[in-house]
This record gives sequence, C-alpha cells and structure tokens, in this order.
Amino acid sequence: MNNSDSKKTTLYDFHLGEGANMSLFGGYEMPLWYAGGAKGEHLAVIEKAGVFDTSHMSVVTVKGGGAKKVLQHCFTKDLDSCIGPKKLSLVNKRCVYGLFLTEVGTVIDDALVYMLGDEDYMVVVNAGMGETVVAHLINHCESTVQIKDCTSAVGKMDLQGPLAGKILQRIIKAPEQLFSSLPYFSFKGSAGECVSETTVELLDGTPFMVSRTGYTGEFGFEFFIERPKLQHLWNTVLKAGGDDLIPCGLAARDSLRAGAVLPLSHQDIGDWVFANTPWPFALPWEDDEQKRLSKDFIGSDVVGERVEDEFTYPFAGFDPRKIQVTEETVVVGESGDNIGRVLTCTTDMGIGRVEDEIFSLASTTENGCPEDFTPRGLSCGFIKVNIPLDYGDVVNLVCGKRKIQVEIRKDIRPARTARRAVNAMLDNDK
Amino acid sequence: MKEFDELNLPDNLRYTEDHEWAKLEGDVVRIGVSDYAQDQLGDIVFVEMPEVGDSFEKGEEFGTLESVKAVSELYLPISGEITAVNEALVDEPELLNADSYANWIIEVRPENADELEGLLSVEQYIEIVKG
Repeated sequence: MNNSDSKKTTLYDFHLGEGANMSLFGGYEMPLWYAGGAKGEHLAVIEKAGVFDTSHMSVVTVKGGGAKKVLQHCFTKDLDSCIGPKKLSLVNKRCVYGLFLTEVGTVIDDALVYMLGDEDYMVVVNAGMGETVVAHLINHCESTVQIKDCTSAVGKMDLQGPLAGKILQRIIKAPEQLFSSLPYFSFKGSAGECVSETTVELLDGTPFMVSRTGYTGEFGFEFFIERPKLQHLWNTVLKAGGDDLIPCGLAARDSLRAGAVLPLSHQDIGDWVFANTPWPFALPWEDDEQKRLSKDFIGSDVVGERVEDEFTYPFAGFDPRKIQVTEETVVVGESGDNIGRVLTCTTDMGIGRVEDEIFSLASTTENGCPEDFTPRGLSCGFIKVNIPLDYGDVVNLVCGKRKIQVEIRKDIRPARTARRAVNAMLDNDK
Repeated sequence: MKEFDELNLPDNLRYTEDHEWAKLEGDVVRIGVSDYAQDQLGDIVFVEMPEVGDSFEKGEEFGTLESVKAVSELYLPISGEITAVNEALVDEPELLNADSYANWIIEVRPENADELEGLLSVEQYIEIVKG
C-alpha cells in the first residue's frame, strides 16, 4: 500500500477511520470492505441500503457543435434509437449504457452517456479511463467540440438498495419534484459543469445530480456533485440512513454486480472482440435476431458480423465455493477438454438453490420460494469459452487441484429491485 | 479485525503453524481452527470436510474453509483416521466465526498419540501469531 503512484479519493480518510481494508483498484486506493465484512455489505444492499464511494470513476464532458456526431461515431449506442422498447431518441434527462470500441471491435471501456441538452453530454467511464476516452474522442471529432476530463472537479457516490429512495427522500428539497417521472436510466440536477435544466438540492441548498442507475442490480441512485462537496453529501446520506444504511466496499460491489449479470470493464469485457456476450443491449441491434445494427460506428464492422469461436456466459455454482482466477484457471467442458477461461468468479451471498431453482433473500413465497429459505450463497461470474453452450449446461472450473462445478445461466440473482417503480419505493405519507 | 489482545487462545490446546488447534478427548483428537484463523478469514461461508473413515498423514490437506475473502486449506496436525465430522458446520459455517473452539471441525483417531506432543504450545503459537 506504499505505492507512491496510487491516488486517493476524497473519502479516503473516512475509509481508514471506518477500518476499511484498502486495495489498489484502477490506480486508486479503495475500500474492499469495512470492519463489518463484505457479506453483511452485500446483504444490506439486497435488504436495506448501502453507500459506495465511486469517486474514482471518471467524468468526461462532450459539448458544442458536433458533440452528438462524435458520440454517434465512437459510442456503440445509437443516440437516435435507444430508449425503451420503441427505440426512441435519447432526450434530455435520460442516459444510456454502451461501449467505446477500437476499429477491430475490442473494448476500450464501457460508459454511461447522459444527455444534458442539445450538443451537451456527460460521459461516465471507469477509474483512470478519463484521459484515454478523451484522447479517443478528440481523435475522431471536429474542432468545434470541447471534450474535457472533469474527474478532478466532479465527485461521485452511489446509494443502492430497496431503502435508497426513502433515505434520499429525507435529505432533499422538493422530493416530489425529483421522484415524479424518474424512470430507470434517467437523472435530474446538476454537478459542476454538468448542468441539466432541472435542480436537485439538499435541504441546505447544496446542488447535486441524482441518476437512477447503479451497478448492483438493486434499486438506487448514483450521485454526482462538485468534488469539494462530496464529503458533505456522503455524511448527510449516512446520517439520514441510520441503521438502514452501511458503507460498502468494492468486494460487495463486485459480488452484487456479478449476481446481477453486469460486466466489469477490463475483466469481463476488454481487449478482445465484443461478441456473443450476455450484454447484447450494449449494441444498437435493430432486431431481436441481432442481424442488423441501426448505425455504423467504430468497431461496428467487426461486432456486426458473426463470431464463431468466442462466447461469454454467466454461471452460478451449487454452493458458495469460488475458484481463484489465475492464468492457470480453466473451464473444462463435458468432453474433458479445456474450452476456455474464467473472467470473474465471486460469491453472491444473497442466493441459494432449492432443487433446480435459485432463490434470493428478496424472493417471496409468491415467487415460489419456500418460507424457511435461508440463502447460503452461490459462486457466480462469467466464463469465456470457444464453443457455444446452452443454459443449464454444467462445466467445471479448475485451478490446480481445486475444481468447482457450475451451471451456465441466463440470469443469476432473482427478485432484483433495480427496475421497480420509484413510487413503490418511497414513504408515500411524506 | 481483532487486535492481538482481543484474541482468544486457550492454553489447554495444541496448535500448528497453519492455525489449526488439536485437543485429546478420550481416545480421539478434536481438530479445529484458531480464533486468529477465523478472524483473518472473516465471514466463513462454506466448510469442506472429509468423509468419516478417510485416513490422512500428518500435514495432508483434509478440507477447506471458504470465506467471502479467501479460500484456506485445512491441514491435519497428526496422522490418523477421521472418526467424525461436525455436521452442524454444513448448514451453519458461521459457527466457526462465533466460536472456533466449541465448534470443532473433525475428530481423528490418531495413529500415534505422541505426535500431539510435537505440536506447538500456546506460547509458541503466540510467537507465530505475533510474527
């Protein structure tokens, strides 16, 4: 931890004060878990709420004449056809998930693109990726576009879990204005140079931006705020959350997102062609058969074609045992052949199996979940293999003499709350 | 994690460098992991145990402890045959976090009970934990 090149986030002192186990991630010293442990953090986000320091992530602004054009050329989502089942245009106060690819279809990074106004976008990419993405965009745009890495000016933190709305409700002015018409993947408010036409303020008037997005699969929000005010927002949220809320580290973030079948950039997607993945929604497919892309963009020639020897699948094990992911870790198919490698392997502690079915801590008897169900946790993650597999197929993950059996799955943790209607997640008598 | 003086290291047990403990109970030896080991591992979520009747040499791996953070192998402190495994740990592995001494992991019929005398005393084990 004496790496002199490592960066510290605005909340570094808080993490140390809370007894966090720190580790280097994306160039930053980040909390892996706090004193209470990663299991409790994971379960808190499924049952109540958790707060994450995500201020290591990069925020880039793309503004001025030609801003939309450069994003249409570089970003995989079609900004003219991306919202909802009808594939409407991206509009103000909405954001979309997509990728930046190279000419040969490999992934530079994944990103959320926020539309602040005409020719005015905020692009959120991963830790340490701001500079790379800025350089990539500048390479492909007209001189009228201003592209800037605002990471040092804009801080970010995430409030995730089914009680996130009730906690947020207690700390802001005019909550009814924020929550009316705030669908999944929309936002309101402003943060530094990222200015939308709406306002969100803490009760003391501190402005910030609230995005109904997240990386846990659970209901919640990502907050953006001028970096010097991040600590204030963090403290305000923690205080309002009381016993319903705990700070969570990267380990819980990783196990929650894996259970929610979300990729980690540079681990599950990366320096290989983006094809045959569990995340086809990152590409602008015009049709359900995934034959036609609705626009051309950098890398579209490659990812629009059929790739026959690379397939990424989610998996879930049969107990909490994980396999360490090293260069020697392989996927062994039914035939006994080595068919690929493990991208992510973690344990979702909120789920378990009852015969053939996976249930979550959040599953109810209405979902068919037995009343006395107690999750013991299941290993889960992603594998990349060279032959197509079917959901339900069982393969072995092998590292040295350790071997675990896992099942190829379409989905992992059931009863996730991310897409619940906001109004159902608030205290409605307030 | 616990400070050194918060650790519970009973003086009536024998220990190993791999943080197992052993205690003679009649003609069998109970084996478990130390308070230091459970504390280092954090939330233990799975205990992999051998079958009753399996035999192992001293130092052989007889199972694993899986926590949210890590996987840790368990090594048999003495040679012998497994006479019992603690079935309660199958459904409640977290019992090891609650009390890693009351909750033993396996019982072994030792091949040579003298091997027990060769294990670490609590004073020697404390030196290892202190590093």
